[in-house]
Amino acid sequence: MKILVTGVAGRLGRVLARRLLADGHSVLGIDRRPWPDPPRGLQMFPVDIRKRPAEDVFRKHHPEAVVHMATVTHFQRSGEERYRINLNGTRAVFDHAAKYGVGHVLFVGRHTYYGAAADSPLYHTEADPPMAVATFPDLADLVAADLYAGAALWRHPELCTTVLRFVYTLGPSRRGTLASFLRGPAVPSVFGFDPLFQFMHDEDVVDAIAISLQQRVRGVYNVTGPAPVPLSLLIKTTGRKEVGLPELLLGRVLGRFGLPKLPVGAVNHLKFPVVIDGSHFRDTTGFEHRFDEDQTMESFRWA
Amino acid sequence: MPLLPSLRSPEIAERVDRLEIPFSRHGLDAYGLDKAELTRFFTILRPLYRRYFSMRTYGLEHVPDRGRAMLIGNHSGGVALDGALIWGATFYEKEPPRLAQGMAEKFLAAAPFSAQWTAKTGQLTGLPEHARRLLNDDRLLMVFPEGARGTAKLYPERHSLVRFGTGFMRLALSTGSPIVPVAFIGGGEAIPTIHNSRTLGRLLGAPYVPFTPWIVALPRPTACQIYYGPAMHFDGDGNEADEVILEYVDQVKTRIAAMIELGVDRRNRGALDEPFEFPGAEGGAS
Repeated sequence: MKILVTGVAGRLGRVLARRLLADGHSVLGIDRRPWPDPPRGLQMFPVDIRKRPAEDVFRKHHPEAVVHMATVTHFQRSGEERYRINLNGTRAVFDHAAKYGVGHVLFVGRHTYYGAAADSPLYHTEADPPMAVATFPDLADLVAADLYAGAALWRHPELCTTVLRFVYTLGPSRRGTLASFLRGPAVPSVFGFDPLFQFMHDEDVVDAIAISLQQRVRGVYNVTGPAPVPLSLLIKTTGRKEVGLPELLLGRVLGRFGLPKLPVGAVNHLKFPVVIDGSHFRDTTGFEHRFDEDQTMESFRWA
Repeated sequence: MPLLPSLRSPEIAERVDRLEIPFSRHGLDAYGLDKAELTRFFTILRPLYRRYFSMRTYGLEHVPDRGRAMLIGNHSGGVALDGALIWGATFYEKEPPRLAQGMAEKFLAAAPFSAQWTAKTGQLTGLPEHARRLLNDDRLLMVFPEGARGTAKLYPERHSLVRFGTGFMRLALSTGSPIVPVAFIGGGEAIPTIHNSRTLGRLLGAPYVPFTPWIVALPRPTACQIYYGPAMHFDGDGNEADEVILEYVDQVKTRIAAMIELGVDRRNRGALDEPFEFPGAEGGAS
């Protein structure tokens, strides 16, 4: 199959491209960011997904499937720019896919869609509303991109659309939202709170994408790996030191003293769990994760 | 017995090990229940349970040894003291021990320390989604359908029952869970509330703050009893009309009221060792 991956030079994009090539697919990649030594066989297009040359990739090369992972978080970009990438980029992917006869579009989303609050249930199902818009306003554009992608299910019924909401990913690449949070030797937590964190290994994420492409599953799915663990255990097992601070103080010290900088709302994710139910995806595709919670944490720690 | 109880009694740890709950190698279940925290909590609670409240339980055999079930109880006494002691009873006295999992008030999940403690001891935030999941996992769920209205009872109202919510009944029907009615006697005596301050509660993010003659809602030593009645089974799938559900709820409420009456009478007569028959023991309402 000829598969186009947007955001291919990103952490997961690279792992995914290698996997798809190894599986015998022909892989095209779009990314503004450089990938100096791409694997043999990857056709790389250093263009912006929102610009005209990107459309040309669809027009000339006719991919059969697109994996859209060119969305960014507050760790990478801020404000206006992020909105444009996440919303206009997602729109461009679906528009081009519909126009040039791509059969399958897979959107890579995030479990933080469901938001973290004191009264949010553990094990969100796909039908739960995106409370992140209230609990973490900085995620609003990602929530909107997720919903926009899901809307393609009725807007473009001829397309097979898949929205996968992944838990945090962790692995030897040491990049991503959770990895950024755990980057330093000292990791902040909110005194008196120890929420569950749910994550899966980079390789398992790629497995889940590959199996979805192969089976052309249609619809919106939560994707999970091993059981969630409390933040304290996550910090300990990844060899970090937990710095528990009262909530009032935490806002003042983030971004200083070697602690990561977090936007307003992120503190909710240090107080309350975002835990999702991935059973629908497992039942539909037969997906099983290969890395348990300890292997995943260790792979991050010792990379 | 040492003056200060050790924080990890080996005997309690052994009972925690015997709980039929799937724990990971980190001693955690899928909801963040933590074996180490449970052991600590039940170690601390034990002297309170045995001495301070001289707990007596009746009818524990009515609580199923395994599989889903709902303990439906009355509330009294300012704070959810009755919950902790009912929680203790199935753990200390039942063979094999069972963990009753309550539904915590939302403000507990929002506040530091209580958020962590409730989650790690299996008292999840009171949400229908949580209750349904626990029952579908064949856990023992503890529900007080009076909610915060129940703990807010003043001393003279301690043996009465206020309005029951109906959510528990729809849940029992849709998950096929038997209902074990529970009467707790003594909560109102242990914490005799003379006033509830809703203003202070609002400031602290709680529904209200109870006051006793000695100001704070700390319990005085009181002998308490728990009666577990024969399990009640109701027919339906949980989608019945409100009238049907209300009628079922009323049967449970009536049963609990009868058990409270029996329990208060036995206590007042000093007849805690007398044999007796449970209301509904001869076949019952359903």
